[in-house]
Amino acid sequence: MDRLLFLARRCFKAVLVILCVIAINFALIRAAPGDPATILAGEAGAVDAGFVERIRQDYGLDKPMPVQLLTYMKQLLSFDLGESYRENRPVKEIVLEKLPATLLLTLSAFFFSVVVGVSLGIAAARRAGTLLDTLITAGSLVFFAMPLFWIGLLAIVLFSMKLGWLPPYGMSTVGADLTGWESVLDVARHLLMPAVTLGLFYVAIYTRVTRAAALEVMDQDFVKTARAKGVPEGRVWRRHILRNSVLPVITFISLQAGHIMGGSVLIETVFAWPGVGRLAFDALFQRDYNLLLAVFFVSSVMVVIFNLIADVLYSIADPRIELQK
Amino acid sequence: MKKAFRRFALVLGAALFATAAFAQAPRDGGSLNLIVNPEPPTINLGSGKLGPSSFVGSKIYEGLISLSPKLEPIPRLAQSWTISPDGKVYTFKLRPGVKWHDGKPFTSADVLFSFKQYLPATFARTKLIMDQTASIEAPDDLTVVFTLKQPYPAFMYIFEATGGTIMPKHLYEGVTDYRTTQVNNTIVGTGPFKLGEWRRGAFIKLVKNSDYWDKGKPHLDNLFFHIVPDAVGRSIAFESGKVDAIRAGDVENFEIARLAAAPGVGLTKAGWEFLQPVGFLNMNLRNKPLGDLRFRQAIAHAIDRQFIIKNIFSTFGEPVNGPFPAGYVFRDTSVETKYPYDPARAKALLDEMGLKPGADGTRVTLRLLPLPYGETWQRLAEYTRERLNAVGIKTTIVATDVPGWFSRASSGDFDLAYNFVYLLGDPAIGVSQTYLSTNQLNRGTAANIDGYVNKDVDALLIKAEQETNKTERAKLYSQLQKTLSHDLPILWTHQMVMPTVYRTKVKNLISTGLGMNENFADVWIGK
Repeated sequence: MDRLLFLARRCFKAVLVILCVIAINFALIRAAPGDPATILAGEAGAVDAGFVERIRQDYGLDKPMPVQLLTYMKQLLSFDLGESYRENRPVKEIVLEKLPATLLLTLSAFFFSVVVGVSLGIAAARRAGTLLDTLITAGSLVFFAMPLFWIGLLAIVLFSMKLGWLPPYGMSTVGADLTGWESVLDVARHLLMPAVTLGLFYVAIYTRVTRAAALEVMDQDFVKTARAKGVPEGRVWRRHILRNSVLPVITFISLQAGHIMGGSVLIETVFAWPGVGRLAFDALFQRDYNLLLAVFFVSSVMVVIFNLIADVLYSIADPRIELQK
Repeated sequence: MKKAFRRFALVLGAALFATAAFAQAPRDGGSLNLIVNPEPPTINLGSGKLGPSSFVGSKIYEGLISLSPKLEPIPRLAQSWTISPDGKVYTFKLRPGVKWHDGKPFTSADVLFSFKQYLPATFARTKLIMDQTASIEAPDDLTVVFTLKQPYPAFMYIFEATGGTIMPKHLYEGVTDYRTTQVNNTIVGTGPFKLGEWRRGAFIKLVKNSDYWDKGKPHLDNLFFHIVPDAVGRSIAFESGKVDAIRAGDVENFEIARLAAAPGVGLTKAGWEFLQPVGFLNMNLRNKPLGDLRFRQAIAHAIDRQFIIKNIFSTFGEPVNGPFPAGYVFRDTSVETKYPYDPARAKALLDEMGLKPGADGTRVTLRLLPLPYGETWQRLAEYTRERLNAVGIKTTIVATDVPGWFSRASSGDFDLAYNFVYLLGDPAIGVSQTYLSTNQLNRGTAANIDGYVNKDVDALLIKAEQETNKTERAKLYSQLQKTLSHDLPILWTHQMVMPTVYRTKVKNLISTGLGMNENFADVWIGK
């Protein structure tokens, strides 16, 4: 019951957060110079006097901003995200078309970074002060410091151009018309470089956070007690040290949700991955307000969901943390 | 012996000729891989007139004519045409037996619909020119007659596919707003290729139209347009062999030489005869001291345009001293006033104006709006800032993205702004709009955003637009070039030379004045 109440409260807060995000973004993007009408007019090359005004009227851009916001919010409550000025299609359709690609990329990157990061962190802590520890710590620092797009470009040069192992861009081989498992394998080959590149930054963070936490935990009394009881070493690490070391990792997971969307804009651009990140970038440069707001909407929903998951994970990892608080 | 040798030589020659002829016979089949950047919002050529939409859409939709490299009309949906001696009546005979991709017949009703309803609602340039027509009529299914209010010798240029796209009337029954209707997402043309699949963000696949009116064409089975958003990624796409050609602008100019040096790769500068882009620096004459001719002359003398071409545009440019670049109709370099690179002269002119340098060397401060189209244009802005700073014109670069640039430039919110225009075959279409005093703000960035007002120039432009005698017209445009190159309302920096890099096994890639915006019916891939 407590858990349900907690979830209900969190959901209510989440809706408020999302509405605020929408309202702030609504105002921010309209503050940028240029609107869809000026773009369309600019691109038309030559226009007659009434052209810009006609477009503004068509899209309701001639109305005061609060009126526009209210209209948008009303639409949103009935799950209508409006139409893209640019593509003349419902925004929902455009976002849903690209969302699977982004989810595939970001979730792969996410699992890769958590699994590899935590494993490396534990390995480094277990052999603290050895060469392995130094290698892991230094390696993670390198990936933490290097910009994502740069790692991506270097990876393309090495693995696609020099070695020819992986395709340089895209989500599937253009014109190959593959089906079944062949198609799955094809996507996996295309996914490998962008997902690993996107994940590397967080691998570095998780490695360092887990290592630090594990080093702290391994000296605690309960670990000593476990060892004194004769618990096998592997079990001590899994049940006692690892479990207590992942709490800070969970905190970062909720943070990563927000960052990973931002990172995916870069990675989707470098690897020509047809996802939502790239869509946001293009929409911004076209002042395609509805499309951009829809992307913000989706990414804020994702962040909220990740935070909720993090809260639940806390309570699983450490039962002393109660959900209702 | 001699005779035998001659016979041998003859046979050998004939054999070689036959081999060459055989090698040149078009091969059917295969796929051509290209890049379209950025991804077009639509590939409906009627509603989307931007570069990427034109590039893809021109394979699907057609115009009444195309244009040769010398910009002479080539038959497409029109088989032939006549122009009345007074230059006012244009009669087109349409090609019989043409079908839309959905199987419906193409008739004069489609042409009427396109020019009377669809294009004037969606495309301002066509609207402005169609405003000059007194009537458009279709006496029968295969004849269309345009009657103009007054002669307009540039009229033929509006009928090529990208500007004068012929649209299927039958799809738009009952539609009122042609610009926003969802019907525009139904892609039905008469061209050699049909839409196969558009996987958004990844690629657009066009497939052969086996019912195409030009029997035996197209030669290719498929066209793939890869969507690669990053410039480095586009270089890699070409280098790794995934795509067969890249267009000007797909990669930065400084990458071109490296890409073109690979074996089996060619470079051509052809195919831009119709668009003819010219780069220039807009100067806002409304803002002091830019209204003073001496100040504009000082700017012209302060900037080394040869340096710009050689070092910033990596030699892909030609010098220009006026609005008419090399190869453009009615160009007359003999009347041009030239402003060579001469910083000392620039300083002298500024001194003469009384703009003395302050303690930090600054005489006056200006804002420069760079063209946000990639690194080359950014470098151009930085170079300009440095050169102007050197003569005491302190210049700050206003960072902006494309929408911000459109908005500021078209509303006159700038001192200096880099820009370029397409000259579109005839000065009546490509030049007038930039200098007419009646066509100033909030009418796009090709308009007279500088606020240049010269009643003589207005009169010349309007008279020349309607003059049917070519010699008289040339005289008028000479006078125009004389006045403009002297008045310097704009600083023309360079004629943009546009490179296309392609694999030499691709044949006929560029065969007309529309270049990569041609329909690709003749393109084939050799071994």
